[in-house]
Amino acid sequence: MRREDVSLTVNGNEHEISIEPSRLLVHTLRGELGYTGTNIGCESGVCGACTVLMDGKPVKSCTLLTMQADGAEIETVEGLKTNGELHPIQEGFSQEHGLQCGYCTPGMMMTAVDLLKQNPDPTREEIRDGLEGNLCRCTGYQNIVNAVESAAEKMHSGGSHE
Amino acid sequence: MSETAPAGKYFGKTVERKEDPELITGDAGYVDDLEEPGMCHIAILRSQHGHAKINDIDTSRAEEVEGVIDVLTAEDFEAAALPTPGHIPVIWHFTDFEIPEAFWKRVIVGDRARYQGESIAVVIAEDRYTAYNARDQIHVDYEPLDAVVSPFDAMEADAPTLHDEAPDNVVFDWEEGDAEATDEQFEAADHTFSVELPSQRILPTSIETRGALATYSGSSGKLELQMTSQNPHLHRSLLSRVLDYPEHKIQVVAPDVGGGFGSKIYHYADEAITAWLAMYLERPVKWIAPRSEASQTDAHGRGLAQEGELAIDDDGTVRAVRVTGHVDLGAYVSCLLPALPTDEYWGVLSGPYDLNAAHCRIRGVLTNAAPVDAYRGANLTDATHLLERLMKTAATELGIDPVEIRRRNFISADEFPFETVTGMLYDSGDYEPALDRALEMVDYEALRGRQAKLREEGRYLGIGVASFIEMSGLGPSAICGMLGAQSGYWENSTIRVHPSGTVTAFCGTSGHGQGHETTFAQIVADKLGVPYDDVEVVEGDTDQIAHGQGTYASRSGPVGGGAVARGADKVVEKGRKIAAHQLEVQLEDIDFEDGAFAVTGAPDRSMTIQEIAAEAYLGHDLPDEMEPGLEETSFYDPENLTFPFGTHIAVVEIDPATGELEFVRYVGVDDCGEQINPQIVEGQVQGGVAQGIGQARSEAAVYDDRGNIRTATLLDYGLPKTNTVPELELDSTVTPSPHNPIGVKGVGEAGTLAAPPAVVNAVVDALEPFGIDHVNMPVTDEVIWTAIQESETGPGGES
Ligand code: FES
Ligand code: FES
Repeated sequence: MRREDVSLTVNGNEHEISIEPSRLLVHTLRGELGYTGTNIGCESGVCGACTVLMDGKPVKSCTLLTMQADGAEIETVEGLKTNGELHPIQEGFSQEHGLQCGYCTPGMMMTAVDLLKQNPDPTREEIRDGLEGNLCRCTGYQNIVNAVESAAEKMHSGGSHE
Repeated sequence: MSETAPAGKYFGKTVERKEDPELITGDAGYVDDLEEPGMCHIAILRSQHGHAKINDIDTSRAEEVEGVIDVLTAEDFEAAALPTPGHIPVIWHFTDFEIPEAFWKRVIVGDRARYQGESIAVVIAEDRYTAYNARDQIHVDYEPLDAVVSPFDAMEADAPTLHDEAPDNVVFDWEEGDAEATDEQFEAADHTFSVELPSQRILPTSIETRGALATYSGSSGKLELQMTSQNPHLHRSLLSRVLDYPEHKIQVVAPDVGGGFGSKIYHYADEAITAWLAMYLERPVKWIAPRSEASQTDAHGRGLAQEGELAIDDDGTVRAVRVTGHVDLGAYVSCLLPALPTDEYWGVLSGPYDLNAAHCRIRGVLTNAAPVDAYRGANLTDATHLLERLMKTAATELGIDPVEIRRRNFISADEFPFETVTGMLYDSGDYEPALDRALEMVDYEALRGRQAKLREEGRYLGIGVASFIEMSGLGPSAICGMLGAQSGYWENSTIRVHPSGTVTAFCGTSGHGQGHETTFAQIVADKLGVPYDDVEVVEGDTDQIAHGQGTYASRSGPVGGGAVARGADKVVEKGRKIAAHQLEVQLEDIDFEDGAFAVTGAPDRSMTIQEIAAEAYLGHDLPDEMEPGLEETSFYDPENLTFPFGTHIAVVEIDPATGELEFVRYVGVDDCGEQINPQIVEGQVQGGVAQGIGQARSEAAVYDDRGNIRTATLLDYGLPKTNTVPELELDSTVTPSPHNPIGVKGVGEAGTLAAPPAVVNAVVDALEPFGIDHVNMPVTDEVIWTAIQESETGPGGES
């Protein structure tokens, strides 16, 4: 079977792997590299459960071949917590009950991190539009919007994360 | 009343969820995150046709693919030394009629497929990619047969027959209620109104699809199945029957589970195949459903076509309701299906209203589609929708305000416990305050004024009211048994106080998003007077938890919570005996409060529950004949069902030119009895409303005439999104249930019951000027636009 060498930096850790060219990024992250925090809900780019940041931008990792990420910096949910401290977005989700089963949550949070980077003070409507590509079947979304709002507030008031 | 006053240090409060830390960090372990050494993967080949004869299956090319371990068909399963997995049992029959095995789902078919997605062959490979690639190399020689996908078409004389045992495709013809009394009420009534509601199917669509990882040890004979389960113990017993393998050698574990909504209650072919293969190969085997297969194979919800009539007098007094229904069973009868469109549906068919009579006839009809079973709210949603659509129709026709008509028919607060015409004993209720609160929140009078004003401007506001009753806390066992259940409906909980004084509660429920670890810990912490952080809740493992019935039908709060409370009470009683013995006083002279056993009137003579635990395990100084240890089990069988209720009001505005609907307000007031954790209660209502709005607006599993599912991917299936669910304004009233020790009623399904009629009634209310008195779900913008186009007055409205 043909294999290609790919290098990926995930949450700051460098990985050199040799991979089948057909392997999707999400399967590589989960299967080869053990970042199982990123979930799979549809494998077709619709649900957003597999969202990670690639070179700072949110991507649905089920829509990319691993090779397309060669040389990229990937951030997954496992990288949100730094020095033992939760990211404000993680705190927001927990405090505002923005999750029930938690399956959509990693992807939802990665999208939200980017959303707040682009727009540090979003309206509720902007949050709803910004998260449109992430499906959640449990929460009815309202508490997710609350979670993102509260994270935004926290980050304004000088949290340790940008 | 409840056995204890529930409000406590933790009970009734919002506390941090114990579940969250691992879910927000990616540390959670869902089935697909788990691995076992030597694990292989399977891909299941499924029928591409809705109905086809299978002449031949050629697996030779698939077998040659590098990395493929084996490819098996039904023939290979039958030829193996292990017993062939059998049919999947129906576990709820009718009192006078057992569903024959011929209609039970089959694990793998080799001769004929009756719905798209039915399992035909399975590829086992070293990795998942290889398994799926090889699966595409299997050649099946199908002979397509005529298919039928509507229960009405299936009953036609020339319809294809699915099973010889039911030549007319009708598996059951079920009747309940007093037909004669109902007819009399209809004859005596001033008016009758009717609605027809077709059989919309829903895909449960948990974002995590189903999956399983099976391991087997040839030497010990132990089979372990880690799977997406809402009820591991039930899965263990079903698996034992399907595989003909002893229950004590099977361990079923539900690790973190990413939602279920009913679809993870049932036993399916796939998990049985996975388990069987692990035994066959003596290797760990993993199966994960791709989304498109989940849509084809997970039990769909609803599927009940209803024709309902209401008998009502001039003054708005409802006399009776009468229904004829046809349930689209799909190609087989799924596990619990017989209970749902019949007894469960019937149970709430009179809603929160005091009627004189009711009658219902339901036929169960086979079609070439996936089997249906319970999905959040089960067919209670259909009963609610029917009744609330009828109430709206009657109100409009009689010129009575839709709120007023409900008020006039509500069972009044002093009539509880109330026996309904459907034979249910409603536990407790006070329906008007919930309605009043909703009206107040939405400012109903002003809103009606605004509606009239806007109409003059050619703008169409609609106000939809829905009051409802939910039937929760499934149990008690004896009643379920009388109705045909094949299992118990109690719940089990063991409360273990460790020698150090910390506590583990082992619970037979199996949460998958509902926050049991949190809410059950709140109950235990209060009951035992220990810190919340000192309580751990364990669920979802048949080896750790002796017995259980799982999580569905909003039973975990009332029944599971009841078991937890009872178990904890027993612990306190044992502790009291130890304290009395060691403090040398009579049992009745020991007070227990805040985690301390103290002598009445001498508070300094006391022992903490932690000290008692240490003594209990030390065993040096216990009362005569008392066994050491501090651990108690409760098999709690509830006294009766519980009946949460509420009123939801949707306010929408419709653009007649485009049919576009915009939510203006959504207000809901729920009463689920005592609330263990208000934030979690509200979260459950929010999630339920979103699913209800999904059903009302965009969700439907659609088949074409050949039995091809047209909504297999999330691109084609209209799940609610962040920007299609409006801001919800929710509140609650509290009417404790006397049917369980903690006064709770259950709340998981309330929103799914209330939202569809609230939204549809709002649409109908908005479209009244066009002479439109009904729309079918899902009420998409296109449906609205079409209704306006086809209306008497057309898009210009009244003017
Ligand atoms: S799994 Fe990638 S978008 Fe659904
Ligand atoms: S929390 Fe369950 S899917 Fe979002």
